[in-house]
Amino acid sequence: MSADMSNTALAEDTRLSSAQMAWRAAQDIKDGAYVNLGIGFPEMVARYQPPGRQAIFHTENGILNFGEAPKPGQEDWDLINAGKKAVTLKPGAAFFHHADSFAMVRGGHLDVAILGALQVSENGDLANWRVGSKGVPAVGGAMDLVHGAKQVFVITDHATKNGEPKLVETCTFPLTGVACITRIYTSHAVIDIANGRFVLREKLPGMSVEELQAMTGAKLHIEGSVTDLIVPAL
Amino acid sequence: MDKRSVSAAEAVSAIDEGAVVMIGGFGGSGAPIELIHALIDKRPRNLTVINNNAGNGRIGIAAMIDAGMVAKMICSFPKSSDPRAFTERYLAGEIELELVPQGTLAERIRAGGAGIPAFYTPTAYGTELAEGKPVAEFDGRHYVQERWLKADFAIIKAEIGDTHGNLTYSKAARNFNPLMCMAATKTIVQVSKVVEAGGIDPEHVVTPGIFVDHVVEIPSPQQEEEMIRAGLQYEGGVYA
Repeated sequence: MSADMSNTALAEDTRLSSAQMAWRAAQDIKDGAYVNLGIGFPEMVARYQPPGRQAIFHTENGILNFGEAPKPGQEDWDLINAGKKAVTLKPGAAFFHHADSFAMVRGGHLDVAILGALQVSENGDLANWRVGSKGVPAVGGAMDLVHGAKQVFVITDHATKNGEPKLVETCTFPLTGVACITRIYTSHAVIDIANGRFVLREKLPGMSVEELQAMTGAKLHIEGSVTDLIVPAL
Repeated sequence: MDKRSVSAAEAVSAIDEGAVVMIGGFGGSGAPIELIHALIDKRPRNLTVINNNAGNGRIGIAAMIDAGMVAKMICSFPKSSDPRAFTERYLAGEIELELVPQGTLAERIRAGGAGIPAFYTPTAYGTELAEGKPVAEFDGRHYVQERWLKADFAIIKAEIGDTHGNLTYSKAARNFNPLMCMAATKTIVQVSKVVEAGGIDPEHVVTPGIFVDHVVEIPSPQQEEEMIRAGLQYEGGVYA
């Protein structure tokens, strides 16, 4: 076994995988909720809806109630999601133009939006669209999605690959939105943002609050009990 | 009344140097490839192009950029699976970018078509994309003032059009197309099929013909995504 592989095995023991973070976030989505999942990793949330619940997924480019990708070779390129991937429709789907689509977003009609993050600050600021001032900037719908959904969740690794905190006092990367995030699902914990503070709700059972605090760039507050973050092997 | 044009070339013939052109589509879905390529054959320069993206591969808007026709892009997401055309010119300082959040872009176009010169949105408040824009507080929240967007021309893809310019769309290829139809001085639409007036149930009309000036029938239009996967490029006149 190479050194790289042993590192990976160790990491899997002490943190949630992307699929496990997506599973945990999916448990908080109610039956019948209208949900927008950000491009990439947040899209995995759709796979882990608890049995008996069916959320209705919204995509910015004008579909409500789209489903899984079609089989290769059966793509219809008029039927794509915001990530430009081919999708299918579920019964009860609807098409609409872009202004109506973002009226659903800004107008407060979505129940949940789930986004990835570069950094989240303790007052709920999100930075997720740009690392610095170099290269080609591209924002898409992220700045719209953080305003209007009743709850805006982030799912993210707790720290960067280099061990730098992603949960911080103040974002240093360019902001996507101000005071917009309500809950964070990380590789190690579930954290609410309330009154400008990170409030720890769940953590991996194998780690102490102090260990988690050491990975976090702002104070973790405890209000009531902190429960174990337990997810299935996926 | 008959808004039909005989060809894509005739339909885009009035688009000249320096024009502001809205181009429908989101990625490849709803992108009017035949009209874009007819415009490349005519090759007006110094255009401002408004689209959600900034081209992909070597066809469509990317091919317009490659041909040196685009001075400025107004878009939300100038990245794609193959963003070379825009990226190279942008990093070389040869093309200007106005980056607009996607929902704000849609609403600015809608406002342009609806005669609303400005509006307030929570989007981008407190971010670098709101710098220099007026901010106001309504019911305890901050909002950014954004202005309408209008164009000299819109080039649009729809599914069925009648001779009066009433339009239907195909699935999610609708996206920005109905908004852009409203916001341009002249709106030029390619459709897979033209029918006589009365051939579309009024209950099914998505874009009323009042927003449309020219309709050209392009049966079996090309799909940008399939062309990119096939490695096609367009340099004017022929596919390489």
